[in-house]
Amino acid sequence: MKLLEFLKRERKKSASVAKERLQIIVAHQRTQRGQPDYMPMLEKELLEVIRRYVQVDDDAINISLDSEDNCSVLELNVTLPRA
Amino acid sequence: MAKIIVVTSGKGGVGKTTSAAAIATGLALRGNKTVVIDFDVGLRNLDLIMGCERRVVYDLVNVIQGEAGLNQALIRDKRVDNLHILPASQTRDKDALNLEGVEKVLDTLSKDFDYILCDSPAGIERGAQLAMYFADEAIVVTNPEVSSVRDSDRILGLLASKTRRAERGEEAIKEHLLVTRYNPARVDSGDMLNLDDIREILAINLIGLIPESEAVLRASNQGVPVTHDADSDAGQAYTDTVARLIGEEVPLRFHLYEKRSLLSRMFGGGRR
Repeated sequence: MKLLEFLKRERKKSASVAKERLQIIVAHQRTQRGQPDYMPMLEKELLEVIRRYVQVDDDAINISLDSEDNCSVLELNVTLPRA
Repeated sequence: MAKIIVVTSGKGGVGKTTSAAAIATGLALRGNKTVVIDFDVGLRNLDLIMGCERRVVYDLVNVIQGEAGLNQALIRDKRVDNLHILPASQTRDKDALNLEGVEKVLDTLSKDFDYILCDSPAGIERGAQLAMYFADEAIVVTNPEVSSVRDSDRILGLLASKTRRAERGEEAIKEHLLVTRYNPARVDSGDMLNLDDIREILAINLIGLIPESEAVLRASNQGVPVTHDADSDAGQAYTDTVARLIGEEVPLRFHLYEKRSLLSRMFGGGRR
């Protein structure tokens, strides 16, 4: 029976895995488009400062820069672990 | 005024130079005065693909540094009347190029030619950015493979920000997707990204699809752009691409897998 299941199991095609991975990475890349070159460094250093006080994961920080009429807004979201 | 088209990709080895040579040849064959410029300073290869490596005397860097005139550096193609090649330097490093120099060369060429093709080096560094800076249109060469698609997306980001049109807030560069090394059999078996997936991810207009073909290596071996191999699938696909580039509507070919019967496999001959 096990053997039959093994034979029937459809292997996930590698191309569809590739597509899923690309969709995620490209979406991520596009959020960074047009950002100033210092943003990755700023993100890294902010994370270091936060870690002096609270242990957070790499993906617990979300930083974005939005331009409005005549100013830019730097938005920083940090998910803190439950105390 | 010439139309300036950059052939770019981010990733190396996807077929930029092959495509630049083939498309330049196709444009010239259709009567357009065309020049193709190698921007890969230090690693020039366009001259080899165009089959004029033994006729290189002066190059782009010599012209920019004022050591030679543009007409001394331009190489007239032996096969097609309207086609010229401006080779890159083999010895100097990439810092030998500068924005003002490139602009001057392009402005001068622009008066005499209909099309200027800029064959970009791989990467996203200075050389690649110089090749794309003055472009009106961009051909983004992409293989059906994850790293190539991702790098193409990075290049699209640069085209939208680090070019003259972007900096001046002019009409955006017209971006075209050229998928190369496409293997319909592998797509059919589910082991290669299919065309629709690539188009969906990159979301730019498709200008052509070049199948993986033995004709491409044969062409580069001989130093004859594959467009001249009119019987080959790749040659025909590049001819279609050129037609679309100048505004014609040509249906897509070579993207579907044709299952071959045993008999045709035995007697139908090999792949072209």
